[in-house]
Amino acid sequence: MSNSKAIAGAAFAAPAFALMLALLIGPLVVLLALSVTDYRLGALAVNLVGLGHYAALFSDEVFQRALRNTFLYVGFVLPGAVFGGLGIALLVHARIRTRSFYEVIYFLPVTSTLVAMATVWQFMLHPSLGPVSAIFSAFGLAGVDLLNDPDLALGTLAMIGLWQQVGFNMVLFLAGLSAIPRDLYEAAALDGAGGGADRFLRVTWPLLGPTTMFVTITSTIAAFKVFDTVAVLTKGGPLGSTETLLYVLYLEGFQYFRTGYAAAMTIVLLAFLIILSVIQARVIDRKVHYA
Amino acid sequence: MPIERRPPAGITLRGITKRYGAATVLDGVSLDIRPGEFLTLVGPSGCGKSTLLRTIAGFEPQDEGEVAIGGRVVDALPPAARDVAMVFQSYALYPHMTVAGNIATPLEMRRLSLAERLPLLRLLSPRRPRIRREIMAEVEVVARQLDILKLLDRKPAQLSGGQRQRVALGRAMVRDPAAFLMDEPLSNLDARLRVQMRTELAELHQRLGATFVYVTHDQVEAMTMSDRVALMEAGRVLQLGTPAQLYDTPASIAVARFIGSPPINLLPATAQAHGVLQAEGLVLQADSTVPPGPVTLGIRPEALALAPEGAPGTLAVRLRRAENLGAEWLLHAETPAGVALTARVPATEPVPERFGFTVDPARLHLFGAEGQRIETRLGAMVAA
Repeated sequence: MSNSKAIAGAAFAAPAFALMLALLIGPLVVLLALSVTDYRLGALAVNLVGLGHYAALFSDEVFQRALRNTFLYVGFVLPGAVFGGLGIALLVHARIRTRSFYEVIYFLPVTSTLVAMATVWQFMLHPSLGPVSAIFSAFGLAGVDLLNDPDLALGTLAMIGLWQQVGFNMVLFLAGLSAIPRDLYEAAALDGAGGGADRFLRVTWPLLGPTTMFVTITSTIAAFKVFDTVAVLTKGGPLGSTETLLYVLYLEGFQYFRTGYAAAMTIVLLAFLIILSVIQARVIDRKVHYA
Repeated sequence: MPIERRPPAGITLRGITKRYGAATVLDGVSLDIRPGEFLTLVGPSGCGKSTLLRTIAGFEPQDEGEVAIGGRVVDALPPAARDVAMVFQSYALYPHMTVAGNIATPLEMRRLSLAERLPLLRLLSPRRPRIRREIMAEVEVVARQLDILKLLDRKPAQLSGGQRQRVALGRAMVRDPAAFLMDEPLSNLDARLRVQMRTELAELHQRLGATFVYVTHDQVEAMTMSDRVALMEAGRVLQLGTPAQLYDTPASIAVARFIGSPPINLLPATAQAHGVLQAEGLVLQADSTVPPGPVTLGIRPEALALAPEGAPGTLAVRLRRAENLGAEWLLHAETPAGVALTARVPATEPVPERFGFTVDPARLHLFGAEGQRIETRLGAMVAA
């Protein structure tokens, strides 16, 4: 390649490279740098603490609890969001005239602001006024306070998270379902695989592979980043039972102004997300076939 | 290990009618497809040929009429129970399965129970390994016949169009079905491969001795491969016959126009009293039974020959374009009245600058005002 061509190529790539540097790589480097200092927002002096913050994370009970809670939350929301989305998509896809109606209904939670909807949920779940409690007491479970019971609060938040994510996944699965050629179902019908289970196992599920991979990874990331419901509904309580990574991170960074420590947490959160995504992509990719 | 093949089955269609809302797609189609024959449904797009094939397969239940396969009425049966196999235009291979898995699918569905096909649960079946081995042996027999033995472990995405086509055929053959249904199976292949697969399909039909029902819009495929051709238009069968019958004695202008490449020339003519026909410079003597009025002469391109310009009893034409096909010329010309005529003449001598056309009256087709064929013996009459 001639020199002038190389220069021209670099010039063309430069704007994108500069933007990536400024918006993605730069902040990450700053974050990494902050995580090894004792920087506090507004402080005049900064000291290097090395990997001290990371070591502290291992013995920080609040962080450990937040980590456990977050994994519990993801473990509950992820299967529900993926298989719930798939199940609803399968049902909605089979509708002909009412399909768009159901699409809108299930997609509504996605378009609404979770902070605003959280107040609705607060009313719905209110132990004496809320309709959910009314249903509970009809079954003899009077006085259950879903958001203030340490054993139930995280599960309740997970249900709300699920409620919000499932519609989005449904739309993705619907797109995947529409892309499956009709010929394949007809070939399956002739081959004797026309029954529900065989249709699903021979055609629908394998051909939804790429969609499932995408949905799983995005749902994991979304679940990992749970924040608004915690901040609005429980503030991490009761007894820290709903403290999640992002919420603790927010407290450290923006309530206690321990920016350096919060930066270290962010790095850990990022590392988790990257590792999980890579594992999922690797595992699923081996079984996915892009036609 | 030769597979014992069952005798082929015939397919009988009685008054098949199919409507979508107000549109009638099939209008009382009746056809007798003989056991072991290669029957082609051909026609322009939208003529109902694919719908008819899908009705036989059981994908589109007919509104009226009856389908019988091998003497058994199958109207109430789902596709899998009709004992027919289909090759789709898109091949419709399972993209996540190997070639072997694709071909084995119809057998697995028939010989293994649902529990034996489910993930994990299938491992509990003691007889499954034996059945799988038997199936794989049969898959190999079919793969050998189609020359795809080396591809058994590949996925469809790793195959060329022609190879996918063979896998689709293999999946159909392995079942030893009563009949093969093929929906434009060659139209996704490039021109060279299409010609090659045409021959292979025709040979396969001979080797299997099975009933083939083949749908195409390409009259060349219909003419070259079929035992009989059913030409369809607007949901009806216009003519059913051997390729030669359709070419030599088309029942109507529509048939004549569809069959043959380049297409037949249609020359408007007038029938006068006593069966005298007049068209441009041409005067012909038909039977006196031809009723007077407007008629159409159908002239195949090879029924035209070069004549000196202005000779009596010839058509005066002006050459518009000459195509050299190597062994012959295609001459695209126009009469003074503006009728386009195409002639196919041997390329033995250069095309003269100015010329006329003579026609061989024995090879002319005469069509009435409604486009129906008029059987008559035509003779030349020199213009007075």
